[in-house]
Amino acid sequence: MFKKILIANRGEIAVRVIRACREMGITSVAVFSDVDRASLHVLKADEAYPIGPAAASESYLNFSKILEVARLSGADAIHPGYGFLSENAKFAQACSDASLKFIGPTAAAMDAMGSKTRARQAMEKAGIPFVPGTSRGLDSLEQAAQVAEKIGYPIMLKAAAGGGGKGMRLVHQREDLASALEGARSEAQRAFGNGEVYIEKAIVNPRHIEMQILADEHGHTVYLGERECSIQRRHQKVLEESPAVIVDADMRRRMGEVAVRVAKAAGYTNAGTVEFLVDQEKNFYFLEMNTRLQVEHPVTELITGIDLVHLQIRIAAGESLPFKQEEVALRGHAIECRIYAEDPEENFFPSPGKITLLTVPSGPGIREDSGMYEGWTVPIDYDPLLAKLISYGADRRQAIARMRRALDEYFVGGIKSNLSLFRRILDDKDFQAGKIDTGYLDRLLKSGTSKVQKANAEIAVIAAGVFAMLDSEGTVNGHAAPSASGWKRMARTEALRGTD
Amino acid sequence: MNTIIQIDGQEYRLKVEQGAGGWNCVLDGREIVVDGVLLRPDVLSLRIAGRIYEVKREAGVSGTHLWVGQTSYAAEWQDPRSLRARKRSAADDKSPRKLIAPMPGKVIRVLLPEKAEVEPGQGIVVMEAMKMQNEIKSPRKGTIQKILVTEGANVTAGDVLAIVE
Repeated sequence: MFKKILIANRGEIAVRVIRACREMGITSVAVFSDVDRASLHVLKADEAYPIGPAAASESYLNFSKILEVARLSGADAIHPGYGFLSENAKFAQACSDASLKFIGPTAAAMDAMGSKTRARQAMEKAGIPFVPGTSRGLDSLEQAAQVAEKIGYPIMLKAAAGGGGKGMRLVHQREDLASALEGARSEAQRAFGNGEVYIEKAIVNPRHIEMQILADEHGHTVYLGERECSIQRRHQKVLEESPAVIVDADMRRRMGEVAVRVAKAAGYTNAGTVEFLVDQEKNFYFLEMNTRLQVEHPVTELITGIDLVHLQIRIAAGESLPFKQEEVALRGHAIECRIYAEDPEENFFPSPGKITLLTVPSGPGIREDSGMYEGWTVPIDYDPLLAKLISYGADRRQAIARMRRALDEYFVGGIKSNLSLFRRILDDKDFQAGKIDTGYLDRLLKSGTSKVQKANAEIAVIAAGVFAMLDSEGTVNGHAAPSASGWKRMARTEALRGTD
Repeated sequence: MNTIIQIDGQEYRLKVEQGAGGWNCVLDGREIVVDGVLLRPDVLSLRIAGRIYEVKREAGVSGTHLWVGQTSYAAEWQDPRSLRARKRSAADDKSPRKLIAPMPGKVIRVLLPEKAEVEPGQGIVVMEAMKMQNEIKSPRKGTIQKILVTEGANVTAGDVLAIVE
């Protein structure tokens, strides 16, 4: 087993991996950019080293710097998390050249699957059903127009190196193709350093369902059930659950077996996810393989009882999978909400800034994987994911009820968060009935603003009166006195108390 | 103490006095006894007729908000902390409107030139923040009087990007 693992990431996922290291008795090494010295992953790690300026290209994507830290700290393995370098085959290769174990697939498998166009070529060969379109990057607008004409609009433009909805455009007609292609290319270039874009037929309102797989380095590959990820905004997953309402045991087995075939075709090892689009007739098409740990992996962990990060580490250390496919049993239901620093009232604009007040939920069936704490300033430089809230229940109804309750316990003050969006989704009848597809969230958002019951205005009035009173007691010459002593504050608090 | 309090724009008159059983409030002629505990700065637990409420105070660029549970109320009262917020004048639809950067970031593209006609909700500037591109849209129908940023400029939250009249 490894003695020391460097985590080449930040935020909640770095914290997640650090926790697994701690549980396994492995020393964890964090890396951080100039704006992340006070970030949670640095505080939780055993060791931490700076790797450069805020811009990810000069820090979290700077692999010579990261490899240097790994060497100087004496790490024997690197966990890449998700995003950043996690799907960079050159980085995986550079790790192996430096005699460091990359916790993930080999560079060759990543190369085969990491580029979506090459993955499509491989699947074509292996006879895996996939969505019609090009298996190679587009050379020109003319070529794009020809292919789009042949497969029929609407079409989807996608970045070959893509992920997270970046470099992706839905195009309904020829007139919009030029600007969409340019937009997808420039966004892909900026996000991934690779502007290659391909075309896929857009399946209207499909479900997006993915299969978790695990493969050890001794030829064993298993699937661990599906995740329903249809609730998306701008192709970014927002809420995921497992199992999927529409997947029964037979469909799960068929999807699982295709996923295992996909993984084997690529010579895949470690944790990976095979994504499918599912049409209204429950036909499923291979979409892409994500050659890393997914953001939404906790829902699978909760219904299988398997710790995916522990197993990633054990597999990378050369251990065999400790169970067989028939021993994988799904139990209960889990839901995950991705808590972002963004304002649902203002078109989901990012809302970085200082978290002035934070209360987090707990209690039965609740897990919070977080990268934030009260007093921390969310930097503007990275993805605005703050935390993931995951609920578990004996069935979907209970998982929803627990999530709904936990959301009411959650409070993030000082910045905007999308917590209210999840209350709206969980209260929605279509969601409760499992009637969801990738167009669901846009329809919900267009169906008008959330009708917030403002039944407590009088409570707010009374609270305002009490705050005004407290403020006036703490004022000197009309200015708030910030230096009011702790004793005075306590006296005021005590004075507020009822005596009944 | 008598206070005039505005909650979501509606005005209330509240009298608060310290009494034997907590705080005696008179709200619109009704007497209400409140048992309140300041849990920490800006977090108040209220007990009114046996019911428990948690109220959090959040001060931001758009004024003070009070959260009762998960519902937020815009709150203004005569208090040095929120006095400035009171001066917000009623929106006059004829007056020029500023297009404000809602977050710090970078101006990627200016979509329309000065003097262009815009519809409400039409994008004027594209900003990038936290790796996402967002269109900053016109708050009203009108003409772009002035564009105050150039492509590539870094802006902070609250900066004026353009003026629409």
